[in-house]
Amino acid sequence: MNSDETSEGRNVLLKGLWKENPVLVAVLGMCPALAVTNSAINALAMGLASLFVLMSSSFLVSLFRNLIPKQVRITAYIVIIATFVTIVDFLLAAYSPVIHKELGAFIALIVVNCLILGRQEAFASKNRPGMALLDALGMGLGFTGALLAIGVIREILGSGSLFGIDLFGANFEPWVIMVLPPGGFFTLGFLLLGINWFTQRSIKEKENHG
Amino acid sequence: MNEKKPHIENVAPEKEEAGSFRLIMTLTLAGLFSGILLSTTYVVTEPVIKANKEAALREAIYVVLPGCVEIQWVWEENGVLVEGDQPPEKAESWIYKGVDQNGNLVGYALPGEGAGFQDQIVLIVGYKPENDKVIGFQVLDSRETPGLGDKIFKDKAFIANFNNLNTDPSVEIVKKGAKTKDNEVEGITGATISSKAVVKIVQESLNQWKPLLLKQAKENE
Amino acid sequence: MDNLIWIFISALLVNNFTLTYFLGLCPFLGVTSRLETAFRLGLANIFVMVITAICSYALNEWVLPFAPFLRLISFIIVIASSVQFVEMALKKLSPDLFRALGIYLPLITTNCAILGLALFSTNKGYGFTEGVVYALGAGGGVTLALVLLAAVREETRLLDIPDIVKGTALNLIIAGIISMAFMGFAGLFTTV
Repeated sequence: MNSDETSEGRNVLLKGLWKENPVLVAVLGMCPALAVTNSAINALAMGLASLFVLMSSSFLVSLFRNLIPKQVRITAYIVIIATFVTIVDFLLAAYSPVIHKELGAFIALIVVNCLILGRQEAFASKNRPGMALLDALGMGLGFTGALLAIGVIREILGSGSLFGIDLFGANFEPWVIMVLPPGGFFTLGFLLLGINWFTQRSIKEKENHG
Repeated sequence: MNEKKPHIENVAPEKEEAGSFRLIMTLTLAGLFSGILLSTTYVVTEPVIKANKEAALREAIYVVLPGCVEIQWVWEENGVLVEGDQPPEKAESWIYKGVDQNGNLVGYALPGEGAGFQDQIVLIVGYKPENDKVIGFQVLDSRETPGLGDKIFKDKAFIANFNNLNTDPSVEIVKKGAKTKDNEVEGITGATISSKAVVKIVQESLNQWKPLLLKQAKENE
Repeated sequence: MDNLIWIFISALLVNNFTLTYFLGLCPFLGVTSRLETAFRLGLANIFVMVITAICSYALNEWVLPFAPFLRLISFIIVIASSVQFVEMALKKLSPDLFRALGIYLPLITTNCAILGLALFSTNKGYGFTEGVVYALGAGGGVTLALVLLAAVREETRLLDIPDIVKGTALNLIIAGIISMAFMGFAGLFTTV
């Protein structure tokens, strides 16, 4: 029983990281995934801010899951999410004004990130707070990881640096397009393409062996 | 939001269709909870945010008015300039007066904004009415193209144009290397529109405030 | 007047909500397999955006100065409820228009482009007229992007495309190319 629960918990945590990765597999929450990933540090900040909002709202929704009537659940979820987003917005503005300026209105737009509302509806409202926290942690880390991957690719190619540290020296001509909006579309598009290729190849390999 | 509602103990046990009383209760409680949480956060962070904003503003002003240590807000009332140590309540726009250690006037910092290549460009320039010159320049916010348009705040040679720039009769933009007079700004190759926009915004700011500042300077003499 | 034209063109083309701010991507990738649907969704978008601009202006002017920390919550709730109200009114008063916009109205309410519009226009300090013009431009821009992507996707339906590219990957790459084309609009209306 106990070991069952541990393995279930591990599965809940791990599925968000890879198998059901919100950005790379489910293609959710793309607006922040593309808008603020023109540098690795912005991507990381956005990912962590979303992680915090997701974990706090999931915990609360799960805690009160039997008290929230069905008809008003979406409104209640949105009020809870918007509360935590506003808190993150204020905290960043107070203690990290540079990041706050870079991310701008996109912090506030975490409210309408379909990933967060989606997890409340699909998981937190039906599971115990502990599980809901694990699920939120997995999904949030998966989201942060995907954002960071996009941010790293775009920053290296588009400005020739990583976390603001110059990588190639003065001779490197940056692909400016990568830090501009089209670069966001291209990076995610090619990442998805790569993942499709990888999954199809491993399916084929399995067929050949079996 | 509404604190007068009765407690949750009155709520009937879970039913298929929750009554409207319960719906209102739930949302009231959610509202109450979020209200408490938000106002607490706001009270805690608001002074820090305000201090951050003011520090950023001061830093920008110190850059465009070298040597300045103290600032005052200046705005227009009935065609005359008025000073104060707080942003004005009535006036829609204002400028900043910079004073050095000995209480001497360094100059005025004039904010300006307008359409750039991609989006709004927000900037601030230091202006010295004494010799009618621009003495400093900084871009506060812009979304110009990286590598090209962002030279308006990254290219040192371009920024140097605004050091001792004569504003009489007006600031003009010329091609790179074609500068002959001290009221001309050399544009940036590859970012013609961005650099033209910057000069235009600076000139508009000057148009708004220069006559008032010069008039005041004359009266003080 | 010049300023209003700039706001409109800027929101419509230069700073297109979908192609440069990535707002409203979910419907952009989800509903654009047919041109007709994409167009109607766009129209509904313009409609909701204008309502949003008016609501957010009113909130920002008369309510939020007293409670700035309620900004986000009040925007989202007021937008959602006013759209629902307009939907009911529309059903009664103009069934034709209601049928044309149909199911898209409630769907759009939770779209990030709508909240984005409210946030951006209040951040920029737009007044009533400017806000409405901005909403028209932004809504038009979203419609334009939706229609363009749908048109390209209709064309690709009969092509022989490798399996791994099909679906979201292809749509994103197409969107990237359209977005690149839109970069050409930058500087279009800089009055210098």
